[in-house]
Amino acid sequence: MKIIVAIKQVPERDAQVRIDPVGKWIEELDVQFALNESDAYALEEALQLKEKHGGEVIVISAGPERAGQVIREALAKGADRGIHIEADDLGSRDALGVARLLAAAIQPENPDLVLAGLQSEDLGLGQTGVILAELLGFPHSSLILHVDVTAKGLKVKRELEEGWFQSIELPLPAVLAIQSGGNKLRYATLMGIKRAKTKEVRRASAGELGADASPVVILEGISLPQKQRSTQILPGSPKEASAALVEKLRFEARVL
Amino acid sequence: MSGVLVVIEQRDGAIGRISWEAVAAGKFLGTKIGVDVGAAVIGAATESAAAQLSAKALAKVVRIEHALLAQYTSDGYSLALEQFIAQDKPEYVIFPHTYQVRDFVPALATRFGEMLISDVIAIADGPVFARQLLQGRLQGSYRHTGTGPCLVSVQAGAFRADALEAGSAQVSRFTPALDAAQIRTRPEPPFRGSEQTIDLGSAQLIVSVGRGIKDAENLPLVQELAKALGAELAASRPICDNGWLPMERQVGSSGQTVSPRLYLAVGISGAIQHLVGMKGAQCIAAINKDPDAPIFEVADYGIVGDLFEVVPALTEAVKAAKG
Repeated sequence: MKIIVAIKQVPERDAQVRIDPVGKWIEELDVQFALNESDAYALEEALQLKEKHGGEVIVISAGPERAGQVIREALAKGADRGIHIEADDLGSRDALGVARLLAAAIQPENPDLVLAGLQSEDLGLGQTGVILAELLGFPHSSLILHVDVTAKGLKVKRELEEGWFQSIELPLPAVLAIQSGGNKLRYATLMGIKRAKTKEVRRASAGELGADASPVVILEGISLPQKQRSTQILPGSPKEASAALVEKLRFEARVL
Repeated sequence: MSGVLVVIEQRDGAIGRISWEAVAAGKFLGTKIGVDVGAAVIGAATESAAAQLSAKALAKVVRIEHALLAQYTSDGYSLALEQFIAQDKPEYVIFPHTYQVRDFVPALATRFGEMLISDVIAIADGPVFARQLLQGRLQGSYRHTGTGPCLVSVQAGAFRADALEAGSAQVSRFTPALDAAQIRTRPEPPFRGSEQTIDLGSAQLIVSVGRGIKDAENLPLVQELAKALGAELAASRPICDNGWLPMERQVGSSGQTVSPRLYLAVGISGAIQHLVGMKGAQCIAAINKDPDAPIFEVADYGIVGDLFEVVPALTEAVKAAKG
């Protein structure tokens, strides 16, 4: 089975972010980047499917040069090769525009299965997998925790709200948007890191893929969120702050 | 193109709160830009949901009905709604931000060369749609520039459903042209993940733990605090993903929704998926080492500090107060 996993490099979860002077995005020089969490689960699912059923795992990522790092990380964990869509103008493309780039690079590979993480930790639009399915003309399902290969295609376990689940059968080729938590993530081994250096990473420029870049939705600006409640921060040592909190909970909020 | 269309979600005739909130968001937008607001419901039997909608002040209610829409499938819902939108030509289409909407509306939008503005928390003049970025650390303002319909999904709790005016809307029917062969996925009936033995929904006091706890070995720290308070222990998603606590203790969009008297969040940054499950708490207190963590946007009380120092001190303070 030929599996393509779409991955994204995002600011690290604990990164302290500052808004850039034009108020359009964050100061990227300030932050460290990492592989998006649900994409790590998508990669893990792909690697496990390959171990069970054979085939090839290809990772694809669109981003500036630094995004090459998450591709190398995926290769070190066991992916066979990578495709890096180099583009510095991703910020001006909307989710549809980025998915068009990915789809243009994926199409000639004729994959059996395309996996994407459910949602990015930076923009959080949660749409790339589903848009890709539509652009590629493949059936899809999202919020997937488990994948079984069957005679007719796939049987997947989909998460629903409030602790409910559902099984869905779909034919191949297909696209799945993978939810976090379905598998235990592996670490790259030393051997894996060594091997990754010899694996192929093909570079494709946004220009040569020829995907339409005009956005239909634009991010006009970013700002700090408005507080929904006014938080009393209790100062002092852990002991003082704790005593103050108990006092507040008992006599001000009256919840204890 | 004109008007706002709200597409609600129904299950066996019941309309969930988040769908009513989407109707409220549609009404808010319609009033802002001065256009009519209608609502649509999709399914194989939509009479009951349509009747409930028609009792509200809406310009129209449409039943998008077909036997092949009895069960939700992305293909069926996308095809049906694509046909209706092509005929009705609304300028804006508003959805509740549910798992179902997340599964099919991005595909529907793509068919129109459009993109869903997902998980919207506010609508300002323009209209400009606000949504959260970087797990709630920042907020972004989005504007639609496409020439087709603008599709928007609204987050749970962002609009007030209880302020909807009564009315009597005309109900009409739309029968999409669907063929069973067009529906490529085969869904099975939903099932419960595990026996629910813990009802966090009715708990009065909850101590909830997140990534900040770092390791399963450190859990006794918060367990002792919960015990001292007489509180139920809950967790954010990553803790349950790691198997450190059972899934049934998970609070958030994929777990339980809680509304206790006190919700004490320990080492939880406050990603939106978590906040939707607990922001209905009467009082929220948070312990986090990051003063910019989004949890402090919803907390009434906060302690900025290392939870490994604060939690034992708090446990002692609770014990001392209880004498």
